[in-house]
Order: sequence, then C-alpha cells, then structure tokens
Amino acid sequence: MSAATELMNFALITAFIVVAISQMLSMVRLFIGPTTGDRILALDTMVVNAIGLIVLLGMWQGTRMYFEPALLVAMLGFVSTVAYARFVLRGDIIE
Amino acid sequence: MSLDIVATYAVAAFLFIGAVFALIGVIGLLKFNDPMTRLHAPTKVGTVGIGALLLASILYFDTFHDGSIHELLIMAFLFVTAPISANFIAKVIIHQGTCETPPEPVTECTWSTLGSPNRKSDVVEAVNHTPE
Repeated sequence: MSAATELMNFALITAFIVVAISQMLSMVRLFIGPTTGDRILALDTMVVNAIGLIVLLGMWQGTRMYFEPALLVAMLGFVSTVAYARFVLRGDIIE
Repeated sequence: MSLDIVATYAVAAFLFIGAVFALIGVIGLLKFNDPMTRLHAPTKVGTVGIGALLLASILYFDTFHDGSIHELLIMAFLFVTAPISANFIAKVIIHQGTCETPPEPVTECTWSTLGSPNRKSDVVEAVNHTPE
C-alpha cells in the first residue's frame, strides 16, 4: 500500500466523519427551527448530505451498486422539498 | 510518478474539499441570523461540496475499477434542482413574512417580489399571484 492510497483512505474516513457531523448539525437546525422555511431547508440539506454519505459508502466498499440509490435519493429529495414548500404556499400539493 | 498516483492524490484532495464545503454550508445554516441568509449557505456551498465528492467518486472508480461517468448524472440533477428548491424555500419564507423586511428602494419603485415592503397582505398577494 503506497503513501497515496493511505492518504486516500485517510481522506475517505475523514470525509465520512465530517459529513456525518454536518448531518447532525443540520438536524439541530431541524429541531430548533424557528420557522417552517428553516425546517424545509434543513431537510433539503440533510438529503444532499445523505447523497454524499451514500457515494462515500460506495467508494468505501468499492462497488458501483450505490449509484442508483444516490440518484433515487436525489430525485425523491427534490420532489419532497417542492411538495413541502408547495403545501405551505398553496395549502395543497396537487390542485 | 505515474498517472495512478496522481489520480489517487486527486481523489484525496476532492474528498477533503467536498467534506469541508459540506461542513461549511451546514455551519452557515446554523450560525446565520435571518432565514434568507440561512438559505444561502447550504444551497450553494453544500451543492459544491457534494459535487466535489461525486468528482472524487468518478476519479476513484476510473482509477481502481472499470471507469464510468454515471455520477455526472447525479451532479447534473443536483446542480439543476438545487436553485429550484432554494427558490421554493425563499417563496415560503416571503409568504410567511418571517424574514427581515428589505430596505426601501432608492427610486420611486417597489421590489419586484414584494409589492410593498411594509404590508404583509401585499406580500401574500404577490406570492399567490403566480401565472398558471
């Protein structure tokens, strides 16, 4: 194992820890609010960070299998953010 | 130094950059005071962080496995949808009137989003009046 591979493994573990910490910090914003817009924004941020965690897991296990879940989470996250904002704006999602 | 070693160092650098950008975005989400300023931090910085992580993934699988650029699909989707969802969240914040009111315009006109900065009914009307 060369020095470059060791540095990459260290970077992978560091990225796991840092993205997990940012996931927890955005959960704090989800709890304390104070407005609905902040909560929607915190959920959106958590979805984006979850995509990062899935991609990191795929790199860690060395498999391409996690590409489709990451794409699905990205699509569902966008749709749920729009649905939530739409519900607050119009009182209805599908008119 | 062969190309593989350079690519491995690049993967490490992109991983560091992505993780740091994601963390900075969330710190901005926590530390800012106004909902509109809080909206800026994760929707721009966090998206760049995830883009760097996806670039690291592309480089990693190109170096150590059979390469393909499927992650570009996720990146394109994220970069297209992040401003749209940010726009929707900004509409929610304006609709509820929870942000600081913007300063008076310099000339004899109004802000394009808010009919009049001081009257909340105009704000609600402006938000609800979207062309079908």
